[in-house]
Amino acid sequence: MLARTADNLYWLSRYMERADFLARIVQATQRLTSLPIDYTQPGQGTEWESALEASGAAEGFLETGAPVDEEHVVDYLTFSVENPASIRNCIEYARSNARSVRTALTSEMWEAINSAWFELKRFEQINLGRGQFDREELTRFLDFVKKTSLDFDGCAYRTMLRNDAYWFTRLGVYLERADNTARLLDVKYHVLLPESEAVGGSLDYFQWTAILRAVSAHTAYHWVYRQSIKPWLVADLLILKMEMPRSLIACYDNIVYFLDAIGRAYGVQGASQRHARAVMERLQAASTSEIFQSGLHEFITTFVEDNSRLSETISTQYLVI
Amino acid sequence: MTFVDGSVRVAYERIAKWLADAPKDMLASRQRHAELMFRRIGITFNVYGDKDASERLIPFDIIPRIIQRSEWARLEAGLVQRVNAINKFLADIYHGQEIVKAGILPADIVESNPYFNKHMVGQKVPHDVYVHIAGIDVVRIDEDDFYVLEDNVRTPSGVSYMLENREVMMRLAPDLFASHRVAPVENYPDALLAALRSVTPTDKHEPAIALLTPGPFNSAYYEHSFLADKLGVELVEGRDLIVEDDTVFMRTTEGPRRVDVLYRRIDDDFIDPEAFNPISMLGVPGLMRAYKAGNITIANAVGTGIADDKAIYTYMPEIIEFYLGEKPLLKNVPTWRCREPDSLKYVLDNLGDLVVKEVNGSGGYGMLVGPHASAAQIAEFAIKLREDPGNFIAQPTLSLSTCPTFFETGIGPRHVDLRPFVLSGADGVRIVPGGLTRVALKEGSLVVNSSQGGGTKDTWIVDDNNSNGTRLQSQSQTQS
Repeated sequence: MLARTADNLYWLSRYMERADFLARIVQATQRLTSLPIDYTQPGQGTEWESALEASGAAEGFLETGAPVDEEHVVDYLTFSVENPASIRNCIEYARSNARSVRTALTSEMWEAINSAWFELKRFEQINLGRGQFDREELTRFLDFVKKTSLDFDGCAYRTMLRNDAYWFTRLGVYLERADNTARLLDVKYHVLLPESEAVGGSLDYFQWTAILRAVSAHTAYHWVYRQSIKPWLVADLLILKMEMPRSLIACYDNIVYFLDAIGRAYGVQGASQRHARAVMERLQAASTSEIFQSGLHEFITTFVEDNSRLSETISTQYLVI
Repeated sequence: MTFVDGSVRVAYERIAKWLADAPKDMLASRQRHAELMFRRIGITFNVYGDKDASERLIPFDIIPRIIQRSEWARLEAGLVQRVNAINKFLADIYHGQEIVKAGILPADIVESNPYFNKHMVGQKVPHDVYVHIAGIDVVRIDEDDFYVLEDNVRTPSGVSYMLENREVMMRLAPDLFASHRVAPVENYPDALLAALRSVTPTDKHEPAIALLTPGPFNSAYYEHSFLADKLGVELVEGRDLIVEDDTVFMRTTEGPRRVDVLYRRIDDDFIDPEAFNPISMLGVPGLMRAYKAGNITIANAVGTGIADDKAIYTYMPEIIEFYLGEKPLLKNVPTWRCREPDSLKYVLDNLGDLVVKEVNGSGGYGMLVGPHASAAQIAEFAIKLREDPGNFIAQPTLSLSTCPTFFETGIGPRHVDLRPFVLSGADGVRIVPGGLTRVALKEGSLVVNSSQGGGTKDTWIVDDNNSNGTRLQSQSQTQS
């Protein structure tokens, strides 16, 4: 297929996945910041800082000079035109990518993105017109964003022919998802303590459940572990558990699968396939205790770097000829 | 739709009933539904020079335009004849120029024509097919026959609207389809693909076809992506192609892949910065080298614009007779060539009654519609005309046929034209029944171009109801 088409499909998927993640981060942070003061750690105002870190928007936000509070951070992450990774821009870029490669999309996928873009415009108008910060409207908007992501994902899964167009689309989803999960873990690593530490009071509990909720894993946790929430198991779930669709290992299971499919179809394996397999093998060999021994933060940092490198390798190998 | 005495053409009998019976808000809601569908599908159109309208819909009218099968058959025969003649004309004009030697066409019309492309002189074109896709605009100006208004043989557009209009109509008015037998148009992409495959320059492998678009910011981009999708061919921009060893390749995820047939929707001037306009970012450097080497077919061929030309249009009857030895089946609209002194005098004396067009214009721009122009506009135009008479032709204001059109205020007649799409391959000519009906939405207006606010309708070729052409009385339509 045309290299430019593959590139557009790959990025289109990443943007749609990113929009979904941003919506979840905002909702999770709202939940945390609405807790009573005595349920929280000192420095509660840093929750919105965490949200910025998790979405990779901290540097950009600092440059705007705006105060780090709910209204400004939410605006930056949702409707900001300046933030290249705001939800608004993700959907805008996704749609313009989609428009460039209409022939590679099924009509259902195109209509999903195009309708989402029209809805976005409508929400944007409401947002521009309102006087005060309106949480109800925001909730409606964030629910719309999550629904849209599901819609697009579902359309791709259900209607695309299983060929390289499909595989590049899925690669975008999983590389972005892995990146997002990793950054979420990293931002909260200071509350994800290893097993030997005494589980603190209930204060951190809400931090852990916030992480789980952000990836729709709050209930899933109990079905996997059948015990009360333990921070090292939260880390375990999101890094090493194959059953958990957002875990790093599940993402890489898919990434390896799709890169192999491309390799088979094209009759040649390359740097991307080798690199992905190496990351997967490391994850398969890892155990929670080892991860905590060398430090969760260090582990995640290495992972994020590896993930970025894989994205670049895929680009060089297939997308930017 | 109606004959002069108000009786409804037979073909519209059931539509007339449907219109009369339908509650007005049902029609209105169907019209709105149509717009929603078009927006969701993304069939939008950019109007140049309009900052506001980054994406506009071409208005679609839900009342179909109906033509009887017998009328269509006559039109079809005329279209095939005309396009065959055009292809022979182009082959001749870029080789022996027999028609000039025979004194039928003045030499200067050819030489001075800006679309006469010197690169194409002596160039062999696969199967001598220059115009693979033609959009021949026809109108009805009297009771029975169609006349050709204009030939479009460079990069004619609108077929995606023809196809999508049909899809939308089928969803909106299934009851009407059940009661009429409408000839299908959905095989157009197949017919086009067959035509393109037939002109591949090589028989050594499965031909690889690509559709070259200027990109998503072009006003007709929707159609480019739609056609590429339906044809099953890659939609490429100039930057996706490279020429190496005088062969054209696409940049793919598996490395360079050869292209054999290029359906291009970029004008000649922008198609190759090496050979033509050097600042063009849309084209493929070296494309003409590959073309000359016979390694790629370009559809439509480079240099077809000379047949598009309004001056050449006036010679079409002679062209048909010269190359085919036949009388033209389809007549031209009566036309005065302003390059001829007698005609120029007549035109200047009657500007208020005539439509005067630039020989090389398009999109409805640069023309004068006498009856609608002010005295000042007419005087201004007369000056332009005297300065460069060779650049103008004139036609009487045509009483174009009308078709009932739906508005919030009611149903009223509006002028329409028809653009059938004629496909030519190595193995002959194919035409899908019907074409794009364009409608002038402003009351009394004759300008149907979408870039100036015109709309479109679905076009139905239906079985004849009565073979003896009986007229049926009906109530006349009035605006409410």
